[in-house]
Formats: sequence, structure tokens, C-alpha cells
Amino acid sequence: MKKRFNPKTSQKIAFTILLLSALVTIIPVVVIIIVVIKNGISAISWEFLTSMPKNGMRAGGIFPAIVGTFYLTIGATIFSLPLGVLAAIYLSEYAKENRFTRILNLGIVNLAGVPSIVYGLFGLSLFVIYMKLGVSILSGCLTLAIMELPSIITATKTALNSVPKQFREVSLSLGATKWQTIRYAVLPYALPGIITGTVLSNARKTGETAPILFTVAAFYLPRLPSSVFDQTMALPYHLYVISTQIPGIEKNITYGTALVLIIFTLSLNLVGIIIRTRLRKQKKW
Amino acid sequence: MVNNTKITVKNFNAWFDENQVVKSLNMEVFSNEILGIIGPANSGKTTFLRTLNRLNDIEDKFRMDGEIFLDNQNVYKDIDVNLLRKRIGVIFALPISLPMSIYDNISFGPRRHGIKKGLDEIVENSLKSAYLWDEVKDRLNESALNLSGGQQQRLCIARTLAVEPEVILFDEPCSGLDPISTAKVEDAMDKLKQKYTIILVTNNVKQAARVSDRTAFFLMGELVEIDTTEKIFTVPSDKRTENYVSGRFG
Repeated sequence: MKKRFNPKTSQKIAFTILLLSALVTIIPVVVIIIVVIKNGISAISWEFLTSMPKNGMRAGGIFPAIVGTFYLTIGATIFSLPLGVLAAIYLSEYAKENRFTRILNLGIVNLAGVPSIVYGLFGLSLFVIYMKLGVSILSGCLTLAIMELPSIITATKTALNSVPKQFREVSLSLGATKWQTIRYAVLPYALPGIITGTVLSNARKTGETAPILFTVAAFYLPRLPSSVFDQTMALPYHLYVISTQIPGIEKNITYGTALVLIIFTLSLNLVGIIIRTRLRKQKKW
Repeated sequence: MVNNTKITVKNFNAWFDENQVVKSLNMEVFSNEILGIIGPANSGKTTFLRTLNRLNDIEDKFRMDGEIFLDNQNVYKDIDVNLLRKRIGVIFALPISLPMSIYDNISFGPRRHGIKKGLDEIVENSLKSAYLWDEVKDRLNESALNLSGGQQQRLCIARTLAVEPEVILFDEPCSGLDPISTAKVEDAMDKLKQKYTIILVTNNVKQAARVSDRTAFFLMGELVEIDTTEKIFTVPSDKRTENYVSGRFG
């Protein structure tokens, strides 16, 4: 068979294709950030960040939406983190490989694939209507929490599996019980991975609109929520509203809101990375 | 020497999946002796060792029958597994220091058994018994991972001693160590046998000859021969033993 390229040429071609693929993947991110900053930066001011919306959301600030998103992020984590971590510990440390755990794992994988609007409807029917929690921060947090569970479970399982098996053997061989072994010889070293996974999945879910649409988000509520049973505005939904429902709104307000949302999620990512680096320094092996 | 039996093994068989790795093993281990176990790879030495303190329990594919007694108590029936592992400690082939301070490594075991007072003394005594105290006494709060391989292996010995075992299993403890570190570990073993019963699995035939009182030769999951080290290395009764210890195979 005739050779079409010599090895050097084909090596160059392969390298170029690989490099281009890598570049293409980051282009959208860069473009999004540039466009949002360019169009939105003029709207950002202290007043924009800290005051109530006015004039049918065409003026004023987005303070209640920022606070609402903050509450939802924290609130969802309060429910999802313990539940997810404990479930993952059971699945990866205790559960034996059998049909039951296979079904359980399959369920978790599928949970991750459920469209977010379906979570929204599920939250509406279970928390808002059936459990009579109403359209409230609590309902929204619970809905988001369920949506976060698969990624927290997966992150925790990965983190637990990355702790060397020998640590468990050492601990067991000293007569520690299984739970002591997990508590003192496994969990401390899995913690950086668990925290990072949680924060990153939080950052993702914070930007979701569909799950909060029917469960918590208020169209227009120019005050801060008074309790967990109150509705609240939230950044993603607010962004959706002002960009589709409010005619004649200044472009920079829409993009300014988008910019705040992006900064919010990116800083969550940053927090996750900082925590991970800190913990990694302490627990190195 | 009065031979008090510490461990008795009766008709012990072990499998991983369908693969039989130990075949109808019968043997005894005496108190305060160093029993060397030699044999080529896949002869069942390590599996046997890890069954004594039931570490194989955590392997899904492991299966066994037969009986093992520690001081006439059946290790699978009469003794709580965590207590058994406290009484029979193990030193692994590669030194596994937990990524924490030297002090925390040593006190890990005692703490899990609810000991809160006197930890300082336990740490000091254990490190002294493992001949590591002088090298680390000024930096107990440093990470154990900063120690050299040989020091880490002695740290592992100290960590095992801290829970006051009766039997110590050494699973090729020097396979990753240089000759000088090996000599230090062997010295430690020799002195430890006054208080403890020691079983030493080793790939290094000469090591068995150096430190063990009796030696057992395993081959393909079977115990070929067990006798005083002197006899095994001079006039073994089985031809295969002779071939192995003289370096003709394995």
C-alpha cells in the first residue's frame, strides 16, 4: 500500500487538529464573557447591586434577586450535602455488589439525566402542592437539592475511591471498626474532593431557571424575603423575565444582570478551588 | 525451649473465586518464636497470613474453610473481629504511613480503642520498642511522610505495637528496603520476640535463615515442610525444600 504522508507530516496534521479542537472548546466561554462584560459593565454600580428594582424592573437594582439566589444556593446545599455524602458513603463503602445496589446506582445516574424542567414540575407537585409548602424558598431549596444529589453523590464516590485501599487496611488491621476506619482514615482524605464536587455542582445549579420557576421564583417582589416560606426573586429567573417579558428595557440592565450571575457562579467555583487547594496542602500523601 | 502453642491451624483451605490458593493446611505457631514462611510467589503465604487476623474478610472474592485458633479460641467464632485484629497486628510489605503526624500515626490505634490518657507514654514506648525513638523524638508532630522508607517501616511497627498485640505478622516487611534499613528492622524483630509471637513471610530465603527460629516452606498453596530453621536449611526432609533453599528454583 502506498503511504500518503510521511510520519512527520501526519504528526503535524494530528497536532494541529488536536490543538484546534482544544481552542474551539474555549472560544464560546471567552466570547460569552467578553460580550456580557462589554454590554453589561456600564450598568454595574453600587446602587445596581444593593437597591430594589423600580419602574417595572426597568430601573433600580437587583438586590432581592442576588439575595434570593444566595439563599437558594446555601439552602439547597444544607439539604443535599449531608444526604448526598451519607448516601455515597453507604454506596461506596458498605454496599455489596448486587442487584439492589446496581439498581440504586443506575437510578442515580438517571437522576442526573432528568431535564431540569421536570425537576421543576416534580418540585411543584411534591413540595408546593402535596406537602403544602407553597411557592417558597423551602420548596425551591428542596427541588434544587434533589437536582444536586447525583453530582454530589458521584463526586463523593470518586473522592472516596481515590483514597488508597491501604489506608483502610492499616486502620482495620489496628483493630478499628469499619465506621472508625471510614471516619478517621478515609473521610479526612476524601474531603477536598467532596467539597470541590459540591461547590462546583452548586455553581452549576445556581444558574438554573427551570427548577425554581414554579417552586420559588417571584416575577416581581421588590423586597427581601421574610422567612423560608416566602417567595423570592432569583437571578436566573429575573434575567429571563427582564429579557423576554419587559418591553423597552435598557440593554445594559439585562447584560448587567447576566454579568452578576456569571460572577456569582464563577466566584463559587473559585471558592471551591481555594478550599480544595487549602485542604490538599494539609492532607497530602 | 518450652513450646506453648499460640496459633493452631486445622484443615485450612482458601479460595479466591474458584482458585484454591491454600490447600488443607495444618500447622502450629508457638509463643515467642519467629516463624519464617518462605516460598515462591503464589504459594499462599500472604493469603494465609492475612487470614490470621481476618483481613481477607474485606475481599469479596475470598472464601475459606477449616479452623484457626488463637489461644484455643476460634478466630472466626469466639473472638470479636476488631479485638482479634488488635491482638494480631500486621506489618505490610510497603510501609503505609497515614498522612498525618508521627504522633497521630502511633496513637491512631489506641485512640480507636478509646484510650485518651497516657498517649504520650504509649507513643514513646512504642517508638522505643521499634528503635525509632531517637531518630524522631524531636519531631513527633511532623508528617510521617517525611520519614525515609526504613523509618516509615519502623513507624508501622511502632504503630502496631501501640495497640499491644500478642502476635505480629510481617508480610515481606523488607521487600522495599535497602540492606541497612533491613538490618534495623531485623534487629527490631529479634528483640520483639521476647514479648511477641512473630510470623514472618518473606521472599528472601536468607532473611528467614537469619532471623527465624522455625521455618515453613509453602509451595503452590501447600505446606511442604515446617521445622527448625537449622534443619530446613541443612537437612530438609523434602527434596523440593532442598531445591528451593539452595536456590535451584523459585
